[in-house]
Amino acid sequence: MNGDLVQIESHRRAGDSMPRLVTTLALAGLLSGLAIVGAFEATRPRIAANQARALRAAVFEVVPGAAKLQRLAWRDGRLQAAAGDAGAEPSIYAGYGEDGRFLGYAITGEGAGYQDVIALLYGFDPARRRVVGMRVLESRETPGLGDRIYKDEGFVGAFRDLAVEPEIELVTGGDATAANQVDGLTGATISSRAVVRIVNDANAEWLARLFPPGSEPPLAEEEKP
Amino acid sequence: MNDAQNPHPPPLSQGERGAGSAFYGEFVKGLWRENPVFVQVLGMCPMLAVTNSAVNGVAMGAATFFVLVGSSLLISTLKSVIPRPVRISTYVIVIATFVTVADFVLQAAAPLVHRELGAFISLIVVNCLILGRQEAFASKQPVRLAVADALGMGGGFALALVVLGGAREVLGAGSFFGVALFGPSFEPWVVMLLPPGGFLMLGFLLLAFAAIKETRAKIAERLEERKAA
Repeated sequence: MNGDLVQIESHRRAGDSMPRLVTTLALAGLLSGLAIVGAFEATRPRIAANQARALRAAVFEVVPGAAKLQRLAWRDGRLQAAAGDAGAEPSIYAGYGEDGRFLGYAITGEGAGYQDVIALLYGFDPARRRVVGMRVLESRETPGLGDRIYKDEGFVGAFRDLAVEPEIELVTGGDATAANQVDGLTGATISSRAVVRIVNDANAEWLARLFPPGSEPPLAEEEKP
Repeated sequence: MNDAQNPHPPPLSQGERGAGSAFYGEFVKGLWRENPVFVQVLGMCPMLAVTNSAVNGVAMGAATFFVLVGSSLLISTLKSVIPRPVRISTYVIVIATFVTVADFVLQAAAPLVHRELGAFISLIVVNCLILGRQEAFASKQPVRLAVADALGMGGGFALALVVLGGAREVLGAGSFFGVALFGPSFEPWVVMLLPPGGFLMLGFLLLAFAAIKETRAKIAERLEERKAA
C-alpha cells in the first residue's frame, strides 16, 4: 500500500505537470492532423479519378453504344446540363455516342434491399420508352442468393429491353411474357422485387422530367476522363 | 476454458532463446506460438466480418499490418517522451492517424477492395490487437524488438485472415483468389460466405490449431520421459 503511494508520487514528480500533458496531446493532435490532411491531399486526385471512372464505366454499360456523358441536374424545376460532381443535387446522366448523338439517359435509383440499401443505375431510351440496361452499383445482398441481382445473366439481361408502361412487374415461376415483365429470382424474391421497385420509383420520379424526345441538349463540352 | 484442463504447454521462457536471436524470436512468436488470432483470439471483428474471400483477407491483413508496424515503431521511439497519464490517448491518436492514412491509400489504390471492406478499415482503430501490442510491448521495449514484435503479430494476423478467407472462398464460392477451382459442376457451399460460415470455419481452424499443439506437447512429453529413463 505504502509502496503504491510512493510510486504514484514518483510518477507525479516525473514531470507529468498539467501543461506537459496538455502539450503532449496537443502536439500529437497537431501532427496527426498534418499527417491526415497530407494523405488526404495526396490521394484525393486519384480517388476522384477512380470515382469518375467507375461512374463513366457504369453509364456506358447501361446506355449501349455510349462513349461520352453529360450530367443533367434537376434545378429550379427543370432539367439542365450541369458540370462537376453531382454532390447532393438530384442528377441523371445523358449518354452520347462517339459522334455526339444522344443515345439515352442513365438514371440512378436506390432503395431498401434485403440486407441494406441497393443503389443501381439503369439506362432509359426515351424514343422507345424502354429500359435498356441496368447495373447494381452498391449492394450487400446475401452472397449466392441475393447477389444474383447483379450476377445472374438472365435477370440483368431482362433489363436490356424492358417496357416501362405499364410499370415493370416481377413475375414468379419463370413465365415473363409481356414486355414489362421480369422473371423473379428463386431464393432472392425480396432482392429481385427490390430492384424492380427501385427502377419503378425512379421512373415515377424522373420520366416526367425528361426532355421531350428529340429535344435533348447536345453534348455541351468534352468531359475530361 | 478451465486452466487446469488447458493442454497447452506454457510458452518458452526468454532464457530458452539465444540473446542474439531476440529479434527473430520476437518476430516469429506472432506467426505461430502466440498467433493473435489462433492463440490469443484477438481482433475477431475484422477476422469474422471481412474474410469471405482470400483477397479481402489480404487487403485487411495488409492494412492492419501497416497500422501495427507504423504505430509500434512510432510509439516505441517516443515512449520516453509520452507521459504515462495520457499514454492511451496518445496511442489512440497515433493508431487512428495510421488507419486514416491506410484508408485513403486503399481507396486510391484499390477502390473495389475498399468498397468490399467498407467500414471495417476505419474500425481497425479499435482492433484490440493493435492497442494491446502498444500497451503490452512497444511502450516498454527497444525500438528494434518492438518492430520485430509488430512484424510478427501483423504477419500472423494477416496470415490468419488469408487462411480463413481462402478456406471460406474455396468452400463457399469454389474459387481461390477469384480463380475457379472445380468447374461448373461444383455446388458452392454458400453458408461459408455468410456470417455463420465465419464462425464455423474459425471454430474448425481453432480446433485444428489446438489439436496440433496437443500432439506436439504429447510428443515433447514422451521425449522428456525417454530422456529421463
